[in-house]
Amino acid sequence: MSRVTEHEILSASELAAAGLPFPARQRPSLYEKQIGDRIFRIVTGIFAIVVILIGLWIALQSYGIASPVFKSIGWWRFIVGKTWDPVSKVFGALPFIYGTLVTSTIALLIATPLGLGAALFLAELAPKWLRQIALPLIELLAAIPSVVYGLWGIFVLAPLMANSIEPFLISHFGDSPFFHGYPLGVGMLTGGIILSVMIVPFVVSVSQEVIRAVPNSLREGMVALGATRWEVLKKIVLPYGRSGIFGAIFLGLARALGETMAVTMVIGNTPQISASLLDPGYTMAAVIANEFTEATYDFYISALVAVAFVLFIITIIVNVLARLLIWRTSRGPRLIGGAW
Amino acid sequence: MSVLFSISIVVVLLPLVFIVGFLVIQGASSLNWDFLTRRPAPVGEVGGGMGNAIVGSFLVILLAMIVGVPLGILGGIFLGEFPSSRLSQITRFAADVLNGTPSIVMGVFAYSVIVMPMHRFSALAGGFALGIIMIPIMLRTTDEMLQLVPTAIREASLALGVPYWKTVVKVVLSTAKSGLITGVLLAVARISGETAPLLFTAFNNAFWTASLTQPISTLTVQIYTYAISPYDDWHRQAWAGALLLLLLVFGINILVRAVTRGRDETNY
Repeated sequence: MSRVTEHEILSASELAAAGLPFPARQRPSLYEKQIGDRIFRIVTGIFAIVVILIGLWIALQSYGIASPVFKSIGWWRFIVGKTWDPVSKVFGALPFIYGTLVTSTIALLIATPLGLGAALFLAELAPKWLRQIALPLIELLAAIPSVVYGLWGIFVLAPLMANSIEPFLISHFGDSPFFHGYPLGVGMLTGGIILSVMIVPFVVSVSQEVIRAVPNSLREGMVALGATRWEVLKKIVLPYGRSGIFGAIFLGLARALGETMAVTMVIGNTPQISASLLDPGYTMAAVIANEFTEATYDFYISALVAVAFVLFIITIIVNVLARLLIWRTSRGPRLIGGAW
Repeated sequence: MSVLFSISIVVVLLPLVFIVGFLVIQGASSLNWDFLTRRPAPVGEVGGGMGNAIVGSFLVILLAMIVGVPLGILGGIFLGEFPSSRLSQITRFAADVLNGTPSIVMGVFAYSVIVMPMHRFSALAGGFALGIIMIPIMLRTTDEMLQLVPTAIREASLALGVPYWKTVVKVVLSTAKSGLITGVLLAVARISGETAPLLFTAFNNAFWTASLTQPISTLTVQIYTYAISPYDDWHRQAWAGALLLLLLVFGINILVRAVTRGRDETNY
């Protein structure tokens, strides 16, 4: 069964407008007449297989180098080990997993309402000219390199946090364990905020597409029954696009999990597990970036590659979930562009 | 309610203004000829530039294109021409998953495949890492661009007696050519902003070098090194480098958008 994409629908309607029947793409075997066609199919097919093989190779190679760690420390103890001390040769990845999860959660908590609100605005409320300006701007935001975000974070965001926002949080919420500590400026909260700025464009652009993919007939039906604009959004558009929107959020999460440079520059790089968001922390990607060239012995490198392997597996799972959710709502697999 | 949504779009776009504004304010004055053509001054000294880093970035990106573009396009041709085959569906899925993989994991992979056997950091390793990142992007772009080509064109060519493989090579690819070029440009824009995989593959180099088997300096790594350093002059140069990088990335993105503006009008 051939998958009909949005673009084939466009060409079908063009042909329909001209009064011609829409020719579905014939099965390629009907096109193949010569041995040259067979060879063509096989050669290009090989290159497609190569891509799958590369993915497998990455997983296997990382596992291979990390295996001394998994064999001697063991999976479970590595993942829940709280101490990362290369000097005493004690390696536990929990501080990084914790830091990654905390910063990503903060990022999602900030980016989801903002991104969804902006997406709803662009899809439902904005006039066409505004949408045509805003969407390219959002894609530009997505294209900004991570190290530029990090530079801005160190010199603009961190001082802003240290001088204004964190003292405010401490004075008002300092009793709770989440905002207890010193206004350093760098820390998990700053890391989370920078991450949220980075993932908002993805949430906005994918959600916006999902919302616009909701058929107009459903909206018109609701309006015919007397629904207000807000009721149409709440009762039809959002539920219909729900899995696509979750997919957009998961995509944002996948990016947040793997984001390296911007987080490294503002998180404080301390392998500790702390309840306070104002404290410095460490993420999986950040420890790899910082310590890889400093690793003086093989087991150290194996431990870092083991962290990379865990990160790889987590992002694969999140990505698979995200793509499944998005595929279900939008019309088939889409190319999600933009810089990571 | 509408007010809340309108506020959120403003909040979303605010960082763009902030970041670009700060970059221009802090970095524009330092972008001079010296900066673009000289290599870094000794540590602590004022002056010097990122000339070798800019050249290094170009070299590494070129290597990445050599690795990533042919593989991606050839695989993408299979996906675009036989879109409903089992292999296509699996490959599409694998490419999407690879697209979402953190770039630092690709860097670790390149380290294990190239740096470890060679026992040294090299431009080759950096180009390989970035090339691996490019492959799934090129694959999916080629896939989508080829599926955009109307079936009627293929069948017209076949009706004239052109074999299928020749149809693809001479007719379909030519029709999709501009789309493929924009795909390559966008992929280049993306990898030119990558830092993490280069940190331990191409490493860094204070001198002018074009050797493939030596460590090489790149713009992104240089910006990072300067940003986390304690020297004010290096901070100034980091801002300038970041502005340069941003101009490059935005320039490619805006160019692509201006060129393809007519094509996707119906989407909006």
